[in-house]
Amino acid sequence: MAGEAASSPSEAAGRETPFRVTLEPLDLVQTAQAVTSPDCGAVATFVGVVRDHNQGRPVRSLDYECYEPLAVKSLERIAAEAAVEWPGARLAIAHRVGSLQIGDASVVIAAASPHRADAFAACRYAIERVKQIVPIWKHEHFDGGETWIEGATADPDDEAAKRLALERARK
Amino acid sequence: MTGRATVRVTIRLFARLREIAGSGELAREVPNPADAQAAWEALTQEFPALEQYRPVISCAVNEQYAKFDTPLTEGDEVAFLPPVSGGGGGSGLGIRDRDSDRD
Repeated sequence: MAGEAASSPSEAAGRETPFRVTLEPLDLVQTAQAVTSPDCGAVATFVGVVRDHNQGRPVRSLDYECYEPLAVKSLERIAAEAAVEWPGARLAIAHRVGSLQIGDASVVIAAASPHRADAFAACRYAIERVKQIVPIWKHEHFDGGETWIEGATADPDDEAAKRLALERARK
Repeated sequence: MTGRATVRVTIRLFARLREIAGSGELAREVPNPADAQAAWEALTQEFPALEQYRPVISCAVNEQYAKFDTPLTEGDEVAFLPPVSGGGGGSGLGIRDRDSDRD
């Protein structure tokens, strides 16, 4: 906590940082540009979008809440894990928080690698891990009510969860 | 610092836990020696409705994931985190159906 000058570090930096949580709309091109480099022949991207239905009920909107400092550190951790699994792969991940409407992008991921197979795999791995360990919560407003969506108990050291993310990335 | 009866910590709560406690940030005295579990117990004495969440929550100390036996010292920040649900789509990975990849 000490030494942290800005209340929102990801917003304070003048230019795009590769790992950020923001109230602003997400920019896929900017996120991809954060990982593009001359040695990478492939950039795979993923956009997670607010969907109009969930568990059989129509969804009106979602509010996302986060624990920002730990969320940013968790995104960095995911990138470090991916770099171990797919050497040379680089990730950028931006997650939006606040009030989102149907069709809004809630998360964008770009994965760059010398070759496409690793870029796709690292990108898939990243979204699986985002859902497992990044401290962000969805509050769903649906026709007739609202509820917190509670998914995975966040434990970055849970090897079974990590294995599951790897399996999905490699299939 | 040694010999103090309590340590003063900041407790951060999110999502449903925040709603139950009515605040996302609480300053509390926890008996010394303290760990994250002791802070949680102080909290659940005050807000018994939180107690049922213990099996599914995570904790963080000073903005890093931690274990419930992580010691707390004066001025530490301890956060209690309900199951996370970031990403796109609707539900996250459900506790009951964490094998689902249909989001």
